[in-house]
Amino acid sequence: MTDAVVQVPAAGLKRPPPRRLAFARMGPRALLVQGSLLLALAALFGFIASNVVANIARLNVHTGFGFLARPAGFDIAQHLIEYSERSSYLVAFVAATLNTVVLAAICAALATALGFVIGLARLSTNRLVAAVAAAYVELVRNIPLLLQLFYWYFAVLGTLPLPRQSLEFLGVAYLNKRGLYVAAPVAEPGLAPFTVAVAAGIAGWIMLGHFARRHRVDTGEAWSPRWIGPALAFGLPVFAWSWAGAPVSWDIPTLSGFNFRGGAAIIPEFVAMIVGLTIYGAAFIAELVRAGVLSVDKGQSEAGLALGLRRWRVYLQIVVPQALRAIVPPLAGQYIHLLKNSSLGAAIAYPDLMLIFAGTALNQTGQPLEIMGITMATYLMLCLGIAVAANAFNRRVQLVER
Amino acid sequence: MAGMRDFLRSCVSTPLNALLSIVVLVWLATTLPELFRWALLDAVWSGSSGRDCAARDAACWLFIRMRANQILYGRYPPVEHWRVNIAALIGVVGLVVLLLPGIRRKTAIAAGLLFAYPPVAGILLRGGVLGLPAVPAAQWGGLMLTVTVAAWTIGTSIPLGLLLAFGRRSALRVVAAVSACYIDIVRGLPLVGILFLAIVMFPLFMPPGIEINELVRALVAFTLFNATNFAEVFRGGLQSVPWQQSEAGIALGLRRWQIAVRIVIPQAITASLPGIVNVCVSVVKETTIILIVGLFDFLGVLQGGIVDPEWLIGDQVRATAYFFAGAVFFVICFSLSRYSARIERAMSAGRRS
Repeated sequence: MTDAVVQVPAAGLKRPPPRRLAFARMGPRALLVQGSLLLALAALFGFIASNVVANIARLNVHTGFGFLARPAGFDIAQHLIEYSERSSYLVAFVAATLNTVVLAAICAALATALGFVIGLARLSTNRLVAAVAAAYVELVRNIPLLLQLFYWYFAVLGTLPLPRQSLEFLGVAYLNKRGLYVAAPVAEPGLAPFTVAVAAGIAGWIMLGHFARRHRVDTGEAWSPRWIGPALAFGLPVFAWSWAGAPVSWDIPTLSGFNFRGGAAIIPEFVAMIVGLTIYGAAFIAELVRAGVLSVDKGQSEAGLALGLRRWRVYLQIVVPQALRAIVPPLAGQYIHLLKNSSLGAAIAYPDLMLIFAGTALNQTGQPLEIMGITMATYLMLCLGIAVAANAFNRRVQLVER
Repeated sequence: MAGMRDFLRSCVSTPLNALLSIVVLVWLATTLPELFRWALLDAVWSGSSGRDCAARDAACWLFIRMRANQILYGRYPPVEHWRVNIAALIGVVGLVVLLLPGIRRKTAIAAGLLFAYPPVAGILLRGGVLGLPAVPAAQWGGLMLTVTVAAWTIGTSIPLGLLLAFGRRSALRVVAAVSACYIDIVRGLPLVGILFLAIVMFPLFMPPGIEINELVRALVAFTLFNATNFAEVFRGGLQSVPWQQSEAGIALGLRRWQIAVRIVIPQAITASLPGIVNVCVSVVKETTIILIVGLFDFLGVLQGGIVDPEWLIGDQVRATAYFFAGAVFFVICFSLSRYSARIERAMSAGRRS
């Protein structure tokens, strides 16, 4: 093979990627090292496996996944799918996983938005604003998340008034010790036409944009659809609304007796987790945004300004798209952190995968092997999913680069 | 003076900036005096029991004062507190000497801290030999436990992380695959999960009859978890060492381990110092998680104190406890991250010249 020839590197040449030796080409030393590593690993796993077998026999632990079909017998304070005490462990697992996913997804969206605001605020020309944003980041990043969750859950939500003295927000949301009560949308007959109209309007706007761009590229004529796109996107839904009626009506919570009825009740643990995780995640995302924007060459925005573009246009169309290239890869890392951090909900009794499955279900079934295996595999899959999605998105963002 | 003028000018440079400044100033003017009043002016500093705090709508520092012993030492017997103090003193002096600029023989000091200090501290804290009464780990707690866990985790997971980072870059396929697998799997799991795993599964994995206490299980979990974080930091550091460096070593006729220990590792560690300190900050913050498995660390002791019937006197004790805990963690972590930022600046200055 040619790569066995020693190449004399010239200055400035990049090193060839590290060679991975095939087994056939390994020297005796490499074989020895790797063989003993494999032997040691096999010995470790063998040791553990034999102990597990011995302990299972000794402690009379049940094994197998049969328990998944048995009724779980405990309640879950928040479930997005049909669940009762008679539901099976499998349903409990799905409900708990959903709680984890929904929490992480909401916090990821909110933390990204807040993180962008704070990150850009740190770069503000107004140095007072920049200083306050910097103080936020330093304060939040240097205090343990668990302490922050305790603070939001016990010190803020725990000291809220009882339902009768609830904090009221515009008559549609009430916050008290027992949680957040918000108006809930109820589907009306007009929902289907409205949804179709919204989708059609947005699709039309996007297609118009594509058409305009192709026209410009093909003919060199600058033609812009201007207000037609937005008119489609907003006009169609308005038309559908007036023609088929309102898409949703609102079920507004009302106080009856000692608690609220109607609307959607959001448990305080969920509120605390959302607030805590969002604030914590946003501090880290803000730093990524700041670093990303700073990584864009100053000449880029100067060129934009020289072309006579408005400052916000320069920001949105020149700086941010290039900053995204630097922001997206570590942002995925932050989402993974966020998902993993959501397991701290177990400490304030938010019914997530960790608490419900690795906690309650494990205690009741007494089958640690299966339960921990399922829980860990689920977290691993979710993290892997985020990484894969981020890589796909990243490839699209990075492709722009020449 | 000019700096101040620039600052003020930046606050009113455009109408939008002026508006933002007003909003921020109004917000600061309402919160800062209230915080000052709550934490200092109206706060309760002295007294004899929780009742002295009950009437006041302000911080209850009395709670911290009366619980100081537990906050620092947990349930460690008061007669033996001196052992903790001495162990802490040796550690602090060692660290300060290590971090001070202009001290020579830092490698020797670091080696001493890494290899000689843990057994000494372990004997002091655990006791049971040399005439020191044994203090079981179940009685450890408070800030002492937090620092112990953090120090142990950092001390053990840095070498393991370095090993994993080298393994991942190895030309030997099996070594690289095993290291990469381990790092990627563990990094995809939440620390709480690994902690549960260690607590629940350890008894199953060990031969019947061997009992390992929960603190040790938690420590193992922390090491195995954080080693992967350090490994990723070191991987970046190793990548930043130009490959010509190793080649120069080969040309000089050095052996492989000599090249690694004398040439590559020192440069890799220097390059990844900011990252190392950042992982250390997250280790310090993560130690709080052990309260989930029933160990009473710094935060756990405070949390336990809040629900003590004697102190169940309204919301102020709780707020004070969290404020205090937050302040302590902030001071530790913020100074660490400042230190890391300083190294980073010094390094980039060095690179430019």
